[in-house]
Amino acid sequence: MVQRRLLTLFTALTLPLSGIWASSAEEHTAPVEAVDSHDAGTHEAESAAAHHGEEAAFNPNEMIMHHIADSHGWHILDWNGHAVSIPLPVILWTSNGLVVFSSAEFHHDIEGHHVVEAGGLQFVNKHEKIYYAGTEDKPVDLSITKNVFALLVGAVVILLIFFSAARYYAKNTNAAPRGLAGFVEPLILFVRDDIARGAIPEKHLNRFVPYLLTLFFFIWVNNLLGLVPFFPGGANLTGNIAVTLVLAAFTLIITNVNGTKDYWMHIVWMPGVPTALKPILALIELIGVLTKPFSLMIRLFANITAGHILVLSLVSLIFIFESVWISPGSIILTLFISTLELLVAALQAYVFTMLTAMSFGAAVEEHHHDDHAHAEGHH
Amino acid sequence: MTGSIAAIGAGLAVIGVGLGIGRIGGQAMDAIARQPEASGKIQTAMLISAAFIEGVGLFGVVVSLLK
Repeated sequence: MVQRRLLTLFTALTLPLSGIWASSAEEHTAPVEAVDSHDAGTHEAESAAAHHGEEAAFNPNEMIMHHIADSHGWHILDWNGHAVSIPLPVILWTSNGLVVFSSAEFHHDIEGHHVVEAGGLQFVNKHEKIYYAGTEDKPVDLSITKNVFALLVGAVVILLIFFSAARYYAKNTNAAPRGLAGFVEPLILFVRDDIARGAIPEKHLNRFVPYLLTLFFFIWVNNLLGLVPFFPGGANLTGNIAVTLVLAAFTLIITNVNGTKDYWMHIVWMPGVPTALKPILALIELIGVLTKPFSLMIRLFANITAGHILVLSLVSLIFIFESVWISPGSIILTLFISTLELLVAALQAYVFTMLTAMSFGAAVEEHHHDDHAHAEGHH
Repeated sequence: MTGSIAAIGAGLAVIGVGLGIGRIGGQAMDAIARQPEASGKIQTAMLISAAFIEGVGLFGVVVSLLK
């Protein structure tokens, strides 16, 4: 009982940390660095040309990476060469303590030229990483970046949906649910019955189902929000490897904290196997403990990021060919891929939750010792 | 010639994914043809397997995206 409360509290408190971590680990895809020098030239050329009202060559790479990556301000659109964006707070833990200022002070500069003076220190923004001006050192970046803000928006959406469903159940305890509660109930039962119940023994089910529900809806809602093309959607949250890293880390931690003696015995000293092989198997199994969450992390990150890159590439076809007649084909392809992405959003949430449930089940599973004893007896 | 070796690598990874998921789809169709009542379960299992194999292919794509 206490364990469940602690687990829930732990998850609730640290889930937002993934957002903060995400803001400081932005360059998960190195193409941003690869196009670094390339970028410095084209970005300045573009903004200079744009200010003059001319058209610079469209660089799809830069546009796509700009939309995939995290940033300190939420860029909405470009109006007459002028970037319109929502300035998000920059929160830094520096040698002088906590420094807070608006990201608008950088004036959309990501080349590290514009110096912001705050809290007695000077900062520059190089490709959405904040450095002390003139050095390669960074303060601890705790800013509310685009991804952190999107995380909060997703959290608000989830809380709104489920609190209103919960209120419905509190009011009408024995009626068949209608409205939002009726929409949400089959989904919750799906997670509990089809995902959790098959993997986790009945005795331990109620311990893990709340976390699995949270995980499922967190991933699904944030995947969906990432597909919405306008504010406050369109932030690539689950495609940020820091976020998926934290989700996978939770799976790793919860699995191994709840591992029974049987679970650990199966990893380090597998029963029923010739003694000579046991150390080798132990090594393999220990690596296996880490590779499962690692694959969870990569699977979610790559699926969502690849989907976003694909949609953005198809739309930028119009700008690459610079012809309005490409639009019908491009838009239809984009619609088709977006529909597929809707499926992928739900499917990736399902796969992540199911694999997590299977890990939990493996951790708490009760084994019949007789089977192993028999096997060893026969040797 | 434009592009990079990384792109070729990603393309090779995707060949494997395409073959794998194609096989799953084909065998799922066979199974549904044999027993149409089980088509719901078969479809679910097919989607899950496809998600896993796609995940592996995407490992390759992610590696090709690294510097």
